[in-house]
Amino acid sequence: MGGDEAGPVPMDGHDFALWEKRVDALMVLCSSKGHFTVDGLRRALEDMGEDAFEKHSYYERWIAAVNQNLIEGGVYSLEELATRMEAVAQRGTTYGEAAHGAQPHSHDVHDHDGHDHD
Amino acid sequence: MPHDHHDHDHDHDHPHDHGLSPSGHPYRQDDDAPLTYWQRMEIAVRELLIEKGVTTAAEVAAQIDLMDSRSPANGAAVVARAWTDPAFKARLLENAGDASREMGFDIGPLHLIAVENTAQAHNLIVCTLCSCYPRNLLGLPPDWYKTRAYRSRAVREPRAVLAEFGLNLPDSTTIRVHDSTADMRYIVLPARPAGTDGWSEVDLATLVTRDSMIGTALPRSPQTVAQDG
Amino acid sequence: MVRSRIRMTCMIMTGTTMTRRVRVRVRALMPPGHVRAPAYLRGKTGVIERALGPFGNPEQLAYGLPAEKKPLYRVRFTMAELWGDRAERPEDTLDAEIYAHWLEEVPDHAP
Repeated sequence: MGGDEAGPVPMDGHDFALWEKRVDALMVLCSSKGHFTVDGLRRALEDMGEDAFEKHSYYERWIAAVNQNLIEGGVYSLEELATRMEAVAQRGTTYGEAAHGAQPHSHDVHDHDGHDHD
Repeated sequence: MPHDHHDHDHDHDHPHDHGLSPSGHPYRQDDDAPLTYWQRMEIAVRELLIEKGVTTAAEVAAQIDLMDSRSPANGAAVVARAWTDPAFKARLLENAGDASREMGFDIGPLHLIAVENTAQAHNLIVCTLCSCYPRNLLGLPPDWYKTRAYRSRAVREPRAVLAEFGLNLPDSTTIRVHDSTADMRYIVLPARPAGTDGWSEVDLATLVTRDSMIGTALPRSPQTVAQDG
Repeated sequence: MVRSRIRMTCMIMTGTTMTRRVRVRVRALMPPGHVRAPAYLRGKTGVIERALGPFGNPEQLAYGLPAEKKPLYRVRFTMAELWGDRAERPEDTLDAEIYAHWLEEVPDHAP
């Protein structure tokens, strides 16, 4: 990457979506709690290869890397992840609907925007 | 920068619908777009982490709030202090992390180095390996900072890159590029603009932009501020 | 071309600028996996700008392993060294943080 040929720097800004902010928060929280290191995150990002940079957005790559490290660290299993992702898909067709799944252990029901907690 | 979704009707109140977040990034509504694979993964991972007791929903929300509370204004305050207080400037150049903490900024374990622009040298920050940025002081980086183009070219043709940002430096100015390859993060201490004698720290801080602390711009000039009102 | 590796005992100095000008070359190894010495700097010679102190070895941290502390240095390269004739302005510089185990000392009289 460093020193490679590349075109003009794209100046477009992008406003962070809630799910992206949540990915960022999960990375910070999991690493601060010792579940993986920033180096682990970087390693997983690099292991995705150059293609991933073109195909996926920044936080798409991040959630993939966070997940990779959590699986490797044994925090949850692939089976648990797959089952939950399937359940999430059943809840609705938008992020808003899917993120509002009834979670018995979650206090997340009212704070869909991540800001109106107290 | 705001470019979408601001004209929709919403079912829910959103406290930040119509403005920039505290970190200077516009909010975007995403609740009504089709669910993506990666969003499903984020929801699943977050729920599993909460169920396993690794974190809580409140903790995730608090972390988002903390990140939103960090903005280039923090760095601007640090820069303005350095412009007006030589002893503070010396401490900033010695250890920018401690100097920022001294001003009350919660920057966590950040190892921060301030690099000073002078009449002879201009500094530019990049992270070629990923997207390292002094996020605990300045908030999240701008998108261009994370692009392949910026990361590839800033180390080889910084002058061409700066020209794209509208900054053309004379050949007599040495450019010092800093690649954040490991554990340090960097902030540029820009040179104080001319014509600001007697300005207060608060007024000076209004001249300090995010990009001037990355090195892709100079601070605003007093003339520009006057024109903008 | 035997060159000494930078030894941990050589210069553990933190927060201070090196008084002696130490020339170093980034080792030109290309292993697979996570390395924080960028490829474009490998094999390039610079001078130590300052010592930063010991930090956990990212090559171990990246794989969830216990990490040894390794001295970290800021090394300054000229654009001429990095890019040769393609450099925009040869005297411009690039600083990067490189771990001691990726550096080998270059004698001052060497080219």
